Amino acid sequence: MTYILKPVNHHPNLEKNKLGLTRRDYEGTISTLCAGCGHDSISAAIIEACYDLSLSSDQIAKLSGIGCSSKSPSYFLNQAHAFNSVHGRMPSVATGANLGNQNLLYLGVSGDGDTASIGIGQFMHAARRQLNITYFVENNGTYGLTKGQFSATNDQESKSKYGEDNLFAPIDLAAMAIQLGAGFVGRSFSGDRNQLVPLIKAAMKFKGFALLDIISPCVAFNNHDGSTKSYDHIREHNLSVSNLDFVPLGKEIKADYKEGEQIDVPLHDGALLSLEKLSKDYDPLDKKQAIMKLNEAEKEGKVLTGLLYINPEVKDHTEILNISDTPLNQLSEKELCPGSKNLDSVNSSLN
Amino acid sequence: MNKISSINEFVIKFANVNGSGSASANGMFSKGIFRSGIPVSPKNIFPSNIQGLPTWFEIRASAKGYLGRKAGIDFMVAMNPQSYSQDIAEINPGGYLLYDSSWKREFNRSDINIIEIPLTSLCVDEFSNPKQRLLFKNLVYVGALSYLMNIKKDIFLTLINEQFKSKEKLIEPNTRALEIGFNYAQTHLQDACNIKIQESNMTDGMILTNGNDAGGLGCVYGGATVCTWYPITPSTSLAEAYKKYCDQFRVDEKSGKNNFAFVQAEDELAAIGTAIGANWNGARAFTTTSGPGISLMNEFIGLAYFAEIPLVIFDIQRGGPSTGMPTRTQQSDLLSCAYASHGDTKHIMLIPCDPNECFNFAVDSFDLADRLQTPIFVLSDLDIGMNDWTCQEFKWDDDKKFDRGKVLSKDDLEKMESWGRYLDVDGDGIPYRTLPGTHPNKGAYFTRGSSHDEYARYIEDGEINARNLSRILKKYEGSIKFLPQATFKQETNASSIGAIYFGSTEAAIQESLDKLTASGHPVDAMRIRSFPFGSEVWDFIDQHDSLFVIEQNRDAQMKTLILAEGKNNPEKLISILCFDGSPITANFISTSIKDILSKDELSKTSEDLL
Repeated sequence: MTYILKPVNHHPNLEKNKLGLTRRDYEGTISTLCAGCGHDSISAAIIEACYDLSLSSDQIAKLSGIGCSSKSPSYFLNQAHAFNSVHGRMPSVATGANLGNQNLLYLGVSGDGDTASIGIGQFMHAARRQLNITYFVENNGTYGLTKGQFSATNDQESKSKYGEDNLFAPIDLAAMAIQLGAGFVGRSFSGDRNQLVPLIKAAMKFKGFALLDIISPCVAFNNHDGSTKSYDHIREHNLSVSNLDFVPLGKEIKADYKEGEQIDVPLHDGALLSLEKLSKDYDPLDKKQAIMKLNEAEKEGKVLTGLLYINPEVKDHTEILNISDTPLNQLSEKELCPGSKNLDSVNSSLN
Repeated sequence: MNKISSINEFVIKFANVNGSGSASANGMFSKGIFRSGIPVSPKNIFPSNIQGLPTWFEIRASAKGYLGRKAGIDFMVAMNPQSYSQDIAEINPGGYLLYDSSWKREFNRSDINIIEIPLTSLCVDEFSNPKQRLLFKNLVYVGALSYLMNIKKDIFLTLINEQFKSKEKLIEPNTRALEIGFNYAQTHLQDACNIKIQESNMTDGMILTNGNDAGGLGCVYGGATVCTWYPITPSTSLAEAYKKYCDQFRVDEKSGKNNFAFVQAEDELAAIGTAIGANWNGARAFTTTSGPGISLMNEFIGLAYFAEIPLVIFDIQRGGPSTGMPTRTQQSDLLSCAYASHGDTKHIMLIPCDPNECFNFAVDSFDLADRLQTPIFVLSDLDIGMNDWTCQEFKWDDDKKFDRGKVLSKDDLEKMESWGRYLDVDGDGIPYRTLPGTHPNKGAYFTRGSSHDEYARYIEDGEINARNLSRILKKYEGSIKFLPQATFKQETNASSIGAIYFGSTEAAIQESLDKLTASGHPVDAMRIRSFPFGSEVWDFIDQHDSLFVIEQNRDAQMKTLILAEGKNNPEKLISILCFDGSPITANFISTSIKDILSKDELSKTSEDLL
């Protein structure tokens, strides 16, 4: 594979955002994933979300593990630093990066193999620590890059491309993250941009661990009849619990939902999440209920999507650790080195 | 009865039950000797257990400055009936046995002096609380020793006041216990002991501390802001020391916020991953572990090496392989650190010999990591890390500035037409790096462990990959000029025979060399302090006909490194290997070398006769 340069020219009348940037300014290199891969739709949705929010790419860091999903940070936000780490260990690298400078926006991109198998320990602990990250699981139920082995999120009895049954029950990353205390948990479908883009925006604005478990069909190895992660299957079994509007700080709230069907959730920076409840008995602020509903849906063979759970009260990892407001990577010798006088007093405590 | 008589030269050993509070009393006793001005080396020989098993504390005092462990005990304080027979067998003829005579015993040694103190009875009479009765037994024998060995009681009274400054209630009963022991000895045990302390000023300018405390302090002085670690003996106390000194020096007075992050990770993989992430983002970060942790960290070590991310790893070595002997010492991770991770990798190692060097090397390691953009291993061991050593005071130059290496600022980037993360601009193999968030549209790049070109782009072109690997090797070879050089015991070589040693063996070496000289076998000695080796190491090897490589491992790991990295005749290098988990002794070194040298002489003489 070679590195393909994308042409940078674009139409002069292309729409611009508050920073004077066009969507093209948020793109990455040309994707080398298979044509029709759900991951490319997710990359497009990330570009859309960053453009809409007028984010500055250099204030974003993209981190990933290993696998098809983890290649995708190449395909968006060229001007953001990126770190393609080792398999299943992106959460720890992101934790360190975040400790170094909590003021950047961290996007973690992982897959179901990277997160639900080899990396499940780090995933769980990052959620538990409330690492401030938007954690994308590009979930296709299969190991694409090694050609079609089942992953741990694949549904039991779902069939592989080669006709084998999956013998084991799936791990529900969303339910797990809720249980572990993640502050924001959403599930969506790569083919549903209307749901996905506002969900990404909200997750990026959330301060704390924001999981987006996104069903993202693998056209090469998991898009056949008998697969429960195919485009057709998801379209038929998608059960959306909420529609989402994200209202940035200072903007008037304009939600046209009917009273009683709407929940407004203020975020840390004063921005507002406006939710249309699609189901009367679903409350994304209720942790216990969210887990219950996820279990019920699974039994019925449905895929619950939307904002599943949010706790706007959480403190993120650097807040819990009481880390200085000046990022640690910007502290000077003066703040860091105690100097000779203090060393003298250490010496005298040891003699 | 023969009685060992000695001033300021002896080994005393305490045999206790672990979890009985003995370590702090024994530590206080060694500090008492240190405060009397006599160099001292306490060694805590403890089980991997919290309560109930035998534990020992050996203290060597030596006005000659011989501070290596020494077999043969001059004075035994036997507090653990479980280990009586073993403990009593260790006492030198003419030596002393102090035991708790609340339960009288006969011992089958007629050549030792038995000192009876009814420690339990004295405590039962004095203290009503059962826990106190147990704990204060230890202070009672410290008080008795103070009298028996002529160590000023005031020194211990001061130490009690210092130790319990924050728990004032404990000062009075501790003082009382000390006095009970002192008074008992004064009344009943006059002239019972001819081992004495005579005050001197030999410890002026010295401190008594352990390598992990010093290493943690060095990380604070070296500007480390992130410590991420997983508990493992014997490295845990380094992380805890970092935290302790950060709480003291790194909390912003105005905001009350921390100018550091302290993260106990879920495992060693997460620990090193977090340290890598922080360093990638420009915050100095380190992890601390021991052999099993190094094994777990291997994949990440390769990533940091190949993606060229600064990183500091402390390996406080313990007895291996596998879980091995977690509470015993060894120097057995040299190979697993030097070549850690799959593929072609070589790493820089700093090998401190005492707490003072642990401090200095900890400070230096962060400059080296930033300068060379690669993992730096600091290889200490349990003996240095967890035992207190008499060593030079720490020194600091307030003019010292951190060397952050080649990091481009916003202005730098503004002026540059093009930049490649892995371009060798200066010809030293060290590329320029950027930190996230520096510039709005310049300097972003993709960090990865997969093969990449000079512009950090993914490639599968073998030639480009080979070029990159060769550049990294060039950087590694160029690192030598930044590393601490070997040190030598002699100003100029005086023998055709040399000794090569490193790390904690320093404590035993001078005594072994003196013994060898006394027996007519003078030997030159070199202490290796870093890897890769500098030219001074190769020169020393060239200048000697045969060299003893002294190591605390089974497989001659340092010798393997010397043979692998240089062009030497393997027959020139003779291994002296101690791997029983106890700190190497001067006697072991000198006897092993003497035996080999006398055999050589014998065979030479017989050749002459033929």
